[in-house]
Amino acid sequence: MQEVKEFTPKIVAFCCNWCSYAGADLAGSGRLSYPANVKIIRVPCSCRVNPMFILKAFQRGADGVILCGCHPGDCHYVTGNYYTRRRMAMLFDFLNYLGIEKERTRVEWVSAAEGARFSEVMNDFVKKITELGENRRITDLRVKEQ
Amino acid sequence: MQDVEKIIKERAASLLKSGEAARVVGWKKGEFYFDPSPAAFESEEQLKDFVYNGFCGANLSKYLIEASKKPGKTAVFLKPCDTYSLNELVKEHRVKRENVIAIGIECGGKLDVEKIKDKGVFAVTSVTEEDGGKVKVSSLYGENEFDKKDVLLIKCFTCKGKTHVGVDETIVVNPVEEAPENRFAEVERLEAMTEEERFAFWKSELSKCIRCNACRNVCPACSCVKCVFDNPQSGVAAKANDDEFEEQLYHIIRAFHVAGRCTDCGECSRVCPQRIPLHLLNRKFIKDMNACYGEFQAGESAEGRTPLTDYTEKDVEPNNIFSAGVKK
Amino acid sequence: MQRIGVFICWCGSNIAATVDVKKVAEVIKAEPNVVYSADYQYMCSENGQQLLKNAIKEHNLTGVVIGSCSPRMHEATFRKAAAEAGLNPYMLEVANIREQCSWIHKDMEEATEKALILIRTAIAKVRLNSPLTEGESPVTKRALVIGGGIAGIQAALDIAEAGFEVDIVEKNATIGGRMAQLDKTFPTLDCSACILTPKMVDCAQSDKIDIISYSEVEEVKGFVGNFKVKIKKKARYVDEKKCTGCKICMSKCPSKKGLNEFNMNLNTRTAIYIPFAQAIPNVAVIDPEQCIKLKTGKCGICQKFCEAGAINYDMKDEFIDREYGAIVVATGYRPINIDAFNEYGYSDNADVITSLELERLMNAAGPTDGVLLRPSDKTHPKVITFIQCVGSRDVSGCGKPYCSKICCMYTAKHAMLIREKYPDTEVHVFYIDVRTPGKNYDEFYRRAVEQYGVDYIKGMVGKVFNENGKLMVQGSDLINGEQIVIPSDLVVLATAIEPEPSVRKIATLLTASIDTNNFLNESHPKLRPVESPTAGVYLAGVCQGPKDIPETVSQASACAAKVIGLLVKDKLKTNPCVAHVNEMMCNGCSQCANVCAYGAITYVDKEFRLGGGKTEVRRVSSVNPAVCQGCGACTVTCPSGAMDLSGFSTKQIMSEVEAICRK
Repeated sequence: MQEVKEFTPKIVAFCCNWCSYAGADLAGSGRLSYPANVKIIRVPCSCRVNPMFILKAFQRGADGVILCGCHPGDCHYVTGNYYTRRRMAMLFDFLNYLGIEKERTRVEWVSAAEGARFSEVMNDFVKKITELGENRRITDLRVKEQ
Repeated sequence: MQDVEKIIKERAASLLKSGEAARVVGWKKGEFYFDPSPAAFESEEQLKDFVYNGFCGANLSKYLIEASKKPGKTAVFLKPCDTYSLNELVKEHRVKRENVIAIGIECGGKLDVEKIKDKGVFAVTSVTEEDGGKVKVSSLYGENEFDKKDVLLIKCFTCKGKTHVGVDETIVVNPVEEAPENRFAEVERLEAMTEEERFAFWKSELSKCIRCNACRNVCPACSCVKCVFDNPQSGVAAKANDDEFEEQLYHIIRAFHVAGRCTDCGECSRVCPQRIPLHLLNRKFIKDMNACYGEFQAGESAEGRTPLTDYTEKDVEPNNIFSAGVKK
Repeated sequence: MQRIGVFICWCGSNIAATVDVKKVAEVIKAEPNVVYSADYQYMCSENGQQLLKNAIKEHNLTGVVIGSCSPRMHEATFRKAAAEAGLNPYMLEVANIREQCSWIHKDMEEATEKALILIRTAIAKVRLNSPLTEGESPVTKRALVIGGGIAGIQAALDIAEAGFEVDIVEKNATIGGRMAQLDKTFPTLDCSACILTPKMVDCAQSDKIDIISYSEVEEVKGFVGNFKVKIKKKARYVDEKKCTGCKICMSKCPSKKGLNEFNMNLNTRTAIYIPFAQAIPNVAVIDPEQCIKLKTGKCGICQKFCEAGAINYDMKDEFIDREYGAIVVATGYRPINIDAFNEYGYSDNADVITSLELERLMNAAGPTDGVLLRPSDKTHPKVITFIQCVGSRDVSGCGKPYCSKICCMYTAKHAMLIREKYPDTEVHVFYIDVRTPGKNYDEFYRRAVEQYGVDYIKGMVGKVFNENGKLMVQGSDLINGEQIVIPSDLVVLATAIEPEPSVRKIATLLTASIDTNNFLNESHPKLRPVESPTAGVYLAGVCQGPKDIPETVSQASACAAKVIGLLVKDKLKTNPCVAHVNEMMCNGCSQCANVCAYGAITYVDKEFRLGGGKTEVRRVSSVNPAVCQGCGACTVTCPSGAMDLSGFSTKQIMSEVEAICRK
């Protein structure tokens, strides 16, 4: 019945204002393209990203969530991304424990100078998620069995 | 059992009589032998209903949040594993430690009445410990003997040990330390599954949830003045006409919120009416944190940072966690 | 009910060529709360801003979304314009449809669709925005300079010159730092002391400068404009006010075997001493590790002879509490420890010395009164070999990966000075590269080679070993492609420099970040090179990176300019996008304070009404908005969600997520 349509994943990217968002801007000024299905949310620091935001994204149909921040040691807020690193490490493995494919979550450190890398990271992430296919699992988790 | 109960009761009576304690938090006789419930006793008179038996699994530490705000001191009886919860609450400034007299008592493992019922024994009237790890269960319908481990609460299989931490005194203690089973065995079993299998497992388990909030209400780490799920401003709490975010992600968010603070007391699984193995969520975090950031037991100390409020410059990268965290 | 206006910028063709701006402006009109939408060629232009201002007034807009270039580019511009039209500036959000849309996509349909989503996302956020007001905090009009070397001295003098009070905290008994140990300075070869000591004297004579010597910073609290600092004044055992600097004590002190740090341990000093002749303050200090009286209770000779009655063996460490508006860190450097470099035989041969040791050996006030005598037998060395890059540009892990920057120039200086004073001396220099960027620097180096005949050999030294009293320097000559051995009388190692190790503690106290080499990080490597990421903290000299005296002095003066710019203000505006706590929900659990890098969170006991006339005292968190930098680390740590961040609230971000994920 249903027509087979090419799958374009929905990707939410959280970028810290000081490094990664600036890196994304640099990718833009260098006209280094990456797929349009990546939508960026600007946060002051990667440590502002609450696991709830990631869960919300998945629950609302995101197929992948990527979080970008300054390289460890370079955080504008000194230690913010160190906490991010621990939180996300724990969250990602936990989500995987619940059966969510580990490829759907990612953390990348992208500096304000790494426009090219930002574009590469996003291209790669979109490619992986496209291969993985649509995410429906987290929305299913608590749906009652019929 | 009887003897232990007597000693504890006498201590409670003396504390109340001398005025050292304004109240004693313990367990009160329920309608049946197998359903004692936590209660505060404010007079020697009230102590007539005080019990301590194999069904006193409840962790009393959380009651101290409110009790320690009241005038006078509150005495509390804590089994070894419960003392970790008290320490954690003290660390988080939730319990005013100076208002508490914490008394450590023995615990040989507490019983799960549901498991006894599963064995076809109802209306239990008493349980006595026998030699050789057996228990004699008397009911209105006669007597049965079981292996104790077959009727233990899940949390008691992986007992944290028989040592009390941070108590003011201990009255009856266990003579021997027992080596607990590997508490991560069940987590490891799940980790060894495929993503599909794990998803199926959790889907079937979590879909049983009726959102009664019992796990949250009993959890000593879930001690928030106002839970994020009850706060419409949070963007998480959902009313029936909003969306299903809270419904679907409640357990995940709860597990993350208590990560690093959960002492693994196992109360969540004990009280779950749907018998969802909720402790396996928390234990996954504990296992990963131990593997990645060094052994850590929440509540072992009443000060310091939790693994998630700490860092090193060389911590494992989130993208590599899948190989680093799973292996111990 | 919000009334939102949406403005789509064409950015000439930068956006309009890829995004159908007309369509976006049209479609977005249908969004709930949107009462106005427009597109314009250049929103950032005068006319574009006027369009925005007029619309705010005419349509009573309560919120604005601008679809344009990155907010990092023009958010401030648009917010200022909005404020001029009477709208709270924080009610405006920018949707980045240029850098993150039109510039990276080619397909018009795709880019237009994405632009719509980005603008809807910004609208979703603006719906939840609330007006924010910048706070104000007062400024203590006094500066602290940590470190009394040339960097600290210059910064203090410039700040004092502008009329502000400034304290120099120096851990040694005198100010002057490394520069005081140098003999001559490149590229002019003027005497280091001759140009430094007048500045030291100026510090001492300035009524605005307080030199707190032999002291260390113990504790720093507060924030930009309002630092509260505890300074430990180490027991000097000599009353600074009474001591006249007559040095009788030094001539009488029986404990004479202390290593003279000022002379790089090349000779000895007494237990009571003044580090060098021009020391400021010119006051003695007793080394408690060496003083017989302090160690055994017996002696007391200096006290007996001190006519001023300045000696006090019972002196204890004292603590001074001071308040400052700004802090300059100028903690300087030290040569690295080269004991691990076995190939140069530094620890085994007295005649293998470091360049700083050579400075002292050549200095008229040094251990040899300026006569160049080698340490082992006090004879004139006839063949001197210099080895450059000892521990610099070293990625083996033994040394430092960076270039120490000053060594090429001082080695040329040493070579030149020696050839001038002792023309019969043969001077060889092993180098990897000679780096001479700087005014008159290359000319200086060429003079060493061409005029003074210094033998420069491109190549590295493999080994220095002693053979019959000669130091055999074995190295490669890369230009001639051969291995050579130079029998030498003295070997001088151009040792790498590293930040003074005490900087680590200071960085922690100031929550200033530090790099892997222990250099303090600047706020921006090019555009804010003298500011630390911690507001109100400035960096001067080598603590920030290797540099020579002219650069250090420039940076110190730049710091002073920044400090003066701060201290002339009566009030500081504070960023309103900071954390705030909902006390009704706060557990007082302290987790947020644990992750705050700025110490912005404290706890207070507060009384709450419970209803029915009852009250309850609860410990709740309290954020100092002047200290908070707005990273949001605390908001995620807070389990109850009591902590939130203005401008990036949980609800706002949640709604952005929803808007992006909406089907």
